[in-house]
Amino acid sequence: MDVLSRYEPLIDDFGAFRAACERPLPSVVRVNGIKATPERARTALEEEGIDYEPCEWHPRLLRLDTDHPGRTWGAFHGWFHGQEEVSALPARVCDPEPGERVWAACAAPGGKATQLAARADDAGLVVANDRNLGRLSALRFNAERLGVTSMAVTNRDARNYSLAPFDFDAFDRSLCDVPCSCEGTIRKNPDALDQWSVGYLDEIASTQEAILRRAIQATRSGGAVVYSTCTFAPEENEAVLDGVLDSENCRLVDFNCALDSRPGITEWEGERFDPSVERAKRIYPHLNDTGGFFCAKLEVGG
Amino acid sequence: MSEPSDGLAENDGTQFARLPATAAEREIAGRATREAVLEFWDERYGIDSTVFADYTFWEKGSRKLWAFRGEIDSPIAIESLGITFLRTRQEHWKPTTDAVQRFGRHASRNVLTLSREAARRFVAGEDQEIEWDGDWGYLIVAHDLAGAREPLGVGLYLHGELRSQIPKGRRREL
Repeated sequence: MDVLSRYEPLIDDFGAFRAACERPLPSVVRVNGIKATPERARTALEEEGIDYEPCEWHPRLLRLDTDHPGRTWGAFHGWFHGQEEVSALPARVCDPEPGERVWAACAAPGGKATQLAARADDAGLVVANDRNLGRLSALRFNAERLGVTSMAVTNRDARNYSLAPFDFDAFDRSLCDVPCSCEGTIRKNPDALDQWSVGYLDEIASTQEAILRRAIQATRSGGAVVYSTCTFAPEENEAVLDGVLDSENCRLVDFNCALDSRPGITEWEGERFDPSVERAKRIYPHLNDTGGFFCAKLEVGG
Repeated sequence: MSEPSDGLAENDGTQFARLPATAAEREIAGRATREAVLEFWDERYGIDSTVFADYTFWEKGSRKLWAFRGEIDSPIAIESLGITFLRTRQEHWKPTTDAVQRFGRHASRNVLTLSREAARRFVAGEDQEIEWDGDWGYLIVAHDLAGAREPLGVGLYLHGELRSQIPKGRRREL
């Protein structure tokens, strides 16, 4: 089955979308502000003779002219973390301040959770959780290499997450970068669609909704919850948002996104969604020459 | 490995416990104190205790210490808290690679700065003959990168040889 063709009705220039999905992605690294300034990180690359190009929308992202970004002095020192360009978006949208408590519900292998810590100057608290113990060791390795000292790591199911180990009862912000069908990673993993099935879609959508629901409940009134996926499937995106808007005390809010994007869709295969899902953003690979992504921001309470 | 015989059997490997401030407040025999940890970094490497003012120190099992930026109720049963920081099981305390990379910039003593080629061998995990007039034992090993000294990790200096302590998973061929 040609999975991507199901999205043809959603995408203006489907030919450009398809062509972009077939091109490999450039190597992108995020400069880790906990250990280096962007200036020093760039100087280190220049000393090594590695060409780079900054991403316009995000001064800490550099496109490197190498296939081995991990084999650089900057990577060894934890100044860089290899991270797909578009995946740097949700931590920016979540935007924690120093002193705030943030929950990364599905945090492994840690690119976004460590970015949250860096955005808060490593002076907040990031509770990074993942259900999978194997992936959790990758998260811990990355957090330590990047020098993140403000992180607490837990190994639980996010759907019924308990704050019992902690001496507080709500987070200021949460990031739900949930497991998904991953179609948006096709440029990175050419076999990303091999396991795709409608059955998985239905199953993962109910997991996604339960995780988002728990994040809303675990975040204080006035706090923010960011929901993101790397799939184009409305079942895993707008339909999940629609499900929690009905039953949880929250609303979708507008947010700035320096990347070119399309609004969330309000109708799919005969199902209508709450009109506010248009505030979410769909990012297709051909718009900014990145992977595919979906991102929404919710405000809790009120 | 068996537990040491100095009462550490009480040390619970399933949860993080905050280090006592001083020996007088110590409830578990042999547990390192905050005072001793700050003294170690200051005496051995010249890292002033103000660098750690916002940090709490924790132990989870077998005398491995962790540094966490912030305060949280002790004990706490979670997977990790901050970064691994210092191993205190042996007579000579040993900083971790990650602690040295994070805090080693503040060091003014027992820092061995390598040439680029020697740094390359060090991060690949090789031992090498190096001349060094300072103390033996665990040194902060650094090189110059992008206009300043930058710590690479920990080396054990003995009898004219620098033994790389970079853990296998962090070694790189650069």
